[in-house]
Amino acid sequence: MSNTRYSAFKVLKEALTGHKGWEPVWRDAEPKADGYDVIIVGGGGHGLATAYYLAKNHGITNVAVLERGWIGSGNVGRNTTIIRSNYLLPGNEPFYELSMQLWENLEQDLNYNAMVSQRGIMNLIHNDAQRDAFIRRGNAMLFADAGAEYLEAKDVKERYPFLDMDNARFPIKGALAQPRGGTVRHDAVAWGYARGASDLGVDIIQNCEVTGFNIENGVCLGVKTAKGDIKANRVGVCVAGSSGRVMAKVGIKLPIESHVLQAFVTEGLKPVMDNVITFGAGHFYCSQSDKGGLVFGGDIDAYNTYAQRGNLPVVEDVCSGGMAIMPIVGRARLLRMWGGIVDMSMDGSPFIDSTEIEELFFNGGWCYGGFKATPASGYCYAHLLATDESHEVATAYRLDRFRRGAMIDEKGVGAQPNLH
Amino acid sequence: MIINHPLLGPRDSEEFVYLGSADLIDRPDWESRTVADDFHQYQYIRENIAGDNRELWYHEQGDQSWLLVTRNTLTHEIINVELAQDVSRSMGRGK
Amino acid sequence: MSQINRIDGGLIDQEKPVSFTFNGQLLQGYEGDTLASALLANNKHLVGRSFKYHRPRGILTAGSEEPNAIMEVGSGAYKEPNTRATVTKLYKGLYAKSQNHRGPLEFDFMAVTDFFSPLLSAGFYYKTFMWPKAFWEKVYEPAIRNSAGLGTLSKEADPDTYDKGFRYCDILIIGAGATGLSAAITAAQSGAKVILADEDFVMGGRLNSETNEIDGLPGSEWAIKTVAKLSAMDNVTLMTDTTVFGAYDHGIYGAIENRDVEARADKDKPRQVNWRIYTKRTILCAGATERSIAFGNNDRPGIMLASAVRTYLNRFAVSVGQRVSVYTNNDDGWKTAKDLFNKGVNVVAIVDSRSIEPVMRVAGAQIFMGTDVVGTKGRRAIKSIKLSNGKTIETDTLAVSGGWNPNLHLTCHHRGVPKWNEELATFVPDSSAPVGMSIAGRAKGTMVLADAIVEGHNQGSAVAAELGYKASNSDPASTPIVAYNISAQWSVPSGNNRAWVDFQNDVTAKDIKLANQEGFRSVEHVKRYTTLGMATDQGKTANVLAIGIMAENMEQTMEETGTTIFRPPYAPVAMGAFAGRRRGMEFYPTRYTPSHKWSAKQDAIFVEVGMWYRSQWFPKPGETHWRQSVDREVKQTRSSVGICDVTTLGKIDLKGIDVSEFLNRIYVNAFAKVPVGKTRYGLMLREDGMAMDDGTTARLSENHFVMTTTTANAVSVYRHMQFCHQCLWPDLDVHMISVTEQYAQYAVAGPNSRKLLQKIVDPEYDISNEAFAFMAAGEITVCGGIPARLFRISFSGELAYEIAVLTRYGDSLMRVLMEVGEEFDAIPYGTEALGVMRVEKGHAAGPELNGQTSAYDLGMGGMVSGKKDFIGYTLGLREDLQRDDRLQMVGFKPVNKNDLIDKGYSLAGAHLLGLRDDATTENDQGWISSSVYSPMLGCYIGLGFIKGGQNRKGECVRAVDLVRGSDVEVEICSPHFFDPEGERLRV
Repeated sequence: MSNTRYSAFKVLKEALTGHKGWEPVWRDAEPKADGYDVIIVGGGGHGLATAYYLAKNHGITNVAVLERGWIGSGNVGRNTTIIRSNYLLPGNEPFYELSMQLWENLEQDLNYNAMVSQRGIMNLIHNDAQRDAFIRRGNAMLFADAGAEYLEAKDVKERYPFLDMDNARFPIKGALAQPRGGTVRHDAVAWGYARGASDLGVDIIQNCEVTGFNIENGVCLGVKTAKGDIKANRVGVCVAGSSGRVMAKVGIKLPIESHVLQAFVTEGLKPVMDNVITFGAGHFYCSQSDKGGLVFGGDIDAYNTYAQRGNLPVVEDVCSGGMAIMPIVGRARLLRMWGGIVDMSMDGSPFIDSTEIEELFFNGGWCYGGFKATPASGYCYAHLLATDESHEVATAYRLDRFRRGAMIDEKGVGAQPNLH
Repeated sequence: MIINHPLLGPRDSEEFVYLGSADLIDRPDWESRTVADDFHQYQYIRENIAGDNRELWYHEQGDQSWLLVTRNTLTHEIINVELAQDVSRSMGRGK
Repeated sequence: MSQINRIDGGLIDQEKPVSFTFNGQLLQGYEGDTLASALLANNKHLVGRSFKYHRPRGILTAGSEEPNAIMEVGSGAYKEPNTRATVTKLYKGLYAKSQNHRGPLEFDFMAVTDFFSPLLSAGFYYKTFMWPKAFWEKVYEPAIRNSAGLGTLSKEADPDTYDKGFRYCDILIIGAGATGLSAAITAAQSGAKVILADEDFVMGGRLNSETNEIDGLPGSEWAIKTVAKLSAMDNVTLMTDTTVFGAYDHGIYGAIENRDVEARADKDKPRQVNWRIYTKRTILCAGATERSIAFGNNDRPGIMLASAVRTYLNRFAVSVGQRVSVYTNNDDGWKTAKDLFNKGVNVVAIVDSRSIEPVMRVAGAQIFMGTDVVGTKGRRAIKSIKLSNGKTIETDTLAVSGGWNPNLHLTCHHRGVPKWNEELATFVPDSSAPVGMSIAGRAKGTMVLADAIVEGHNQGSAVAAELGYKASNSDPASTPIVAYNISAQWSVPSGNNRAWVDFQNDVTAKDIKLANQEGFRSVEHVKRYTTLGMATDQGKTANVLAIGIMAENMEQTMEETGTTIFRPPYAPVAMGAFAGRRRGMEFYPTRYTPSHKWSAKQDAIFVEVGMWYRSQWFPKPGETHWRQSVDREVKQTRSSVGICDVTTLGKIDLKGIDVSEFLNRIYVNAFAKVPVGKTRYGLMLREDGMAMDDGTTARLSENHFVMTTTTANAVSVYRHMQFCHQCLWPDLDVHMISVTEQYAQYAVAGPNSRKLLQKIVDPEYDISNEAFAFMAAGEITVCGGIPARLFRISFSGELAYEIAVLTRYGDSLMRVLMEVGEEFDAIPYGTEALGVMRVEKGHAAGPELNGQTSAYDLGMGGMVSGKKDFIGYTLGLREDLQRDDRLQMVGFKPVNKNDLIDKGYSLAGAHLLGLRDDATTENDQGWISSSVYSPMLGCYIGLGFIKGGQNRKGECVRAVDLVRGSDVEVEICSPHFFDPEGERLRV
């Protein structure tokens, strides 16, 4: 069953023998008649990572991941590939730092090259108030061992002479950098976790939409799917933008709204920038992929939607942010744009928690930032599913936090999801 | 998107600021016995409908009306646009 | 300068030569050429290198679908990478360079990668480069990045301008070929307002490339005649060189008009215009794109799509070769042979994969039915083809037709899914097109020209009728019926030779097979694993071919295999065009106060707040450091008088009998009983109990109030108040209007402020301490009858006033205040001094009202009324918000007054730790939000938040700033550093 290990020798051998020996990266399974210990609903990055860590860290291998379409078809397959652990609040920072550490060892762990590239991320600063806020953040990062570096304006200019430093609407006065931040080849994260999980015995079942849950006396006994009912001792929902729709099937309403986030990539270009550059004042961030495309994004479209497509105002707004900060991109052509449905929570922070229905668990509310959380989300969700206890870095991610007044509001904009 | 303003006719959605669910009109009574629960539901829990959603838009670059727009979140089709204050009154809100 | 492939005729002007440069060589074409046709006229087939293997590549197509002929056009800051030569209109002096090669194009050093291609199969990256661990970022990735990418950016700011435009119509017709022109005529005749847009710089579509006859005229002439007819109609707007790139909600379409040539002649003209077209209905007449067939070495320069060969021949008068062969699976390919023959070009062979009777005879050409091309020879230009029957044919050009795919992209922009049509061997639009869009002609799969014209004609009329216009009763144009028969042929077994599917990204039929073998069976997985269709041509020639190959590999139908999702843009769009004029200082609007010019004259340094530019400080001659100016401004204000422009504060005028009740519900503190002539400080919460904003509200008369908000929140507070009124309490008699920009307002602060004001306040108004006490407000006149509003409020802690006049008096009031203030040495002060004084007084501002703090956290719990409902009351009572160990606002002062003095930065942003604690998240007790050097106290002071701070005054902790490397022992204290009893402001 187990996949061949990828090695230099294997790659060379296959090259010389016409690649006939490569096996499927993951095993396409059909549902088992006698059910599973754990069913993960949602074959995105978080769901696949959860299955992998359930098997690897907790020895729970009788696990199925059910995916409505093709694995990785959600936000892990449509994002701007950025990883970082530059959060401010104690409820978040240690979690994202765990994620960063898992990213740093991902390839060796999975024997799969997801091209984790710690090229550094840089948040631009334009005035004194912003500097103070970023110093506060930088200290929160250093307290959590995440690393942070303050750059003077001249250092920024030296790295990126093409940034519009002085004549701009928002002159650049410095930057807060996280050298360990960077990018990852997003699709490969889904494939790598799928391969790892599959090798450990997890069933990955594609084209298997969950249409309902079998609940008896307040206990979840399994799911109804396009491929029939499947029994499970425990079900973990992990469906990001579809959270509202899936949880509605058991009558659970969430502190979440679904919105669309657009992202963009230009035609391939020879290298112009190494770092991820974030221009918060202009709602624009950008990096360059290994293929040469400038990958960038900005704000969400701001209205509730499940339509997986955005509208022109945000496209224009994001591109003008790009032109404002790096006017060299005027003649770079936008090649592809796409929209992903993000589950915007009421305070901008996620949930990894049990629900009011026994044996039914929920992971969601990742807003526009779920990709970087993928490893830790899977790690902590697996921990919760296996031990019934929140992992120590995810204790703040409870669904009842609004009832208690324990919001984790990084931006301080309150209970309005489209502002987070 | 184009929002057909009841007073001003069709306007580009760029002129508007979006708030969220029209349930926000229905602010609970502060002296209710279930006040904590009511306000928690009111402020934080969302239907998040995949379908016709009743939502509030503010005509900031226009006449400063709050509008209640019924819009399908799957297709973006706008089914109805009303002045929020009319809806508020019809729900029994006044002073 | 010879154009050896040029023949007579064409739709170009052979009287007007145009010179241009390609890879340093001066060449000549004619007016009406594209860069590609001019290169071909000069027999330049090899024009680029592919992305991955750096294979030599030639021009494949004659349109926006081109995968190979992409180059850098222009020089210096004008250089535009990845420009498709096939749609670039030739102009005098055009400067083009091939890209993605090291060394000359003919001898690309990077072509060595092609020899390693067995190693570099699909998905290769994911399996390797992992050893040793540290090498990915340091060795492998930089090497990959340098060899990847295509063209280079100039790395200079784009020197051109881009405009944004808006157009409105009843019917937008996309594509001005035979179908689109037919639709436009009937739609326009009915009276509807029509926009007809085409991506080409000449209208007519394929009519310009073919030899059809319409209404007895050559197709291209019929097109000219029809365009002339349309342009004479007032209700028609014609847009050439305009690509409709996306379909958005509610009939909004995005279109880019290219005006490159105009802009080059006149620098003030925009290079491109980004049109937003609002339309009631749309007819998509975008035609179809030809695809290739995957056979061994099908990528050599000189191998071209059959339709492109006709375009170059008929439209551009270029014979792409002297000995041409044709390989086809459909009738259309035969047209190429016929047209070439008619123009006297030697056709050596026609190879048709179908086992049917030859479609026609072409003199001199060998005809092979039921035969495929299985290989080709010639590294930098094709020399021969090898057939499945074993024959080899010498040829210098191979025209390939794998059939036509409707340009249905825009029909899928709202996530529509195309359906498979077996007869046409392609995907056609289904009924899921965006609301209001209909489709006609070849975009719909109507491949026969005569039928397409009728379809366009009828739809133009019918759509107009649906909109209430009178249907046109004209007849459609007539043209002979030419059949289109096809039998799908995706790939040909080609032994060890690679059969290319995606030319630009170098994806072969074998790569697709390997992906399928490795479990990547969804079309989306294959795309992502192999990068198929992700190049600059967006897979326009590759996608359907790849789906055909996948279906064969997996033994399933085309329908089951499905397509990837088409999203905007239909063709790549320059980022500059989306940005338009929004760049540099025009990126965001700028707002200036009435005293701005005066301040600029005083050499004020400005800072941006809420789009306003505010004076930050006013340096005096001899002051070399900003601190010198700020310290002076503070001291002078506290000792005599200073004037600060506070125009930017939000100002809201409220009238109505219920205003006091309304204020009572939006502020935490009581407002029901504010006396007329008094001002009250108010704190506003969000519904979640967190502080939203603060400010003062004055009652000018029984039913008239004026409120101020912070500068940053002026807009959102007003919006919130409108929400509260319209949505929550619509029947409260409250009328409000923002008057931020209608009034100029100045703070006049300091012990001499009253004396100064008394010089300008008209004598009938008594502003003595007795008559106009602390927190008084009133409408007065100044300078002999100018209406003003005066508020005795103080942010600085001094005896102070704020005076407001209508904006048009703002500039002169500033000048008058300074003039009459001369005897007190009045000075202007900026936001820095303002900030220092407010920290000295312990007033919370932006850094404290950061949306994460409650009234209780801010030390304002005492203000919170428990006797009324107000926004934020209930949720503010939640358990976690009431905990004693929350981060609470207090003051901090260094134990050693000299700490940080020499550092050049303050305590702001430092986190708070116990004296002996390590710097960890667990030990983190809080943070410093604002910190300034206090000239009054002679040391740095700070406001900040620390766990349970309100009960810890006197305790010492450390303010640790690891980012900048400081660790200062500070004492927790009251935030009221200066004049804690507030005596100065009441005198």
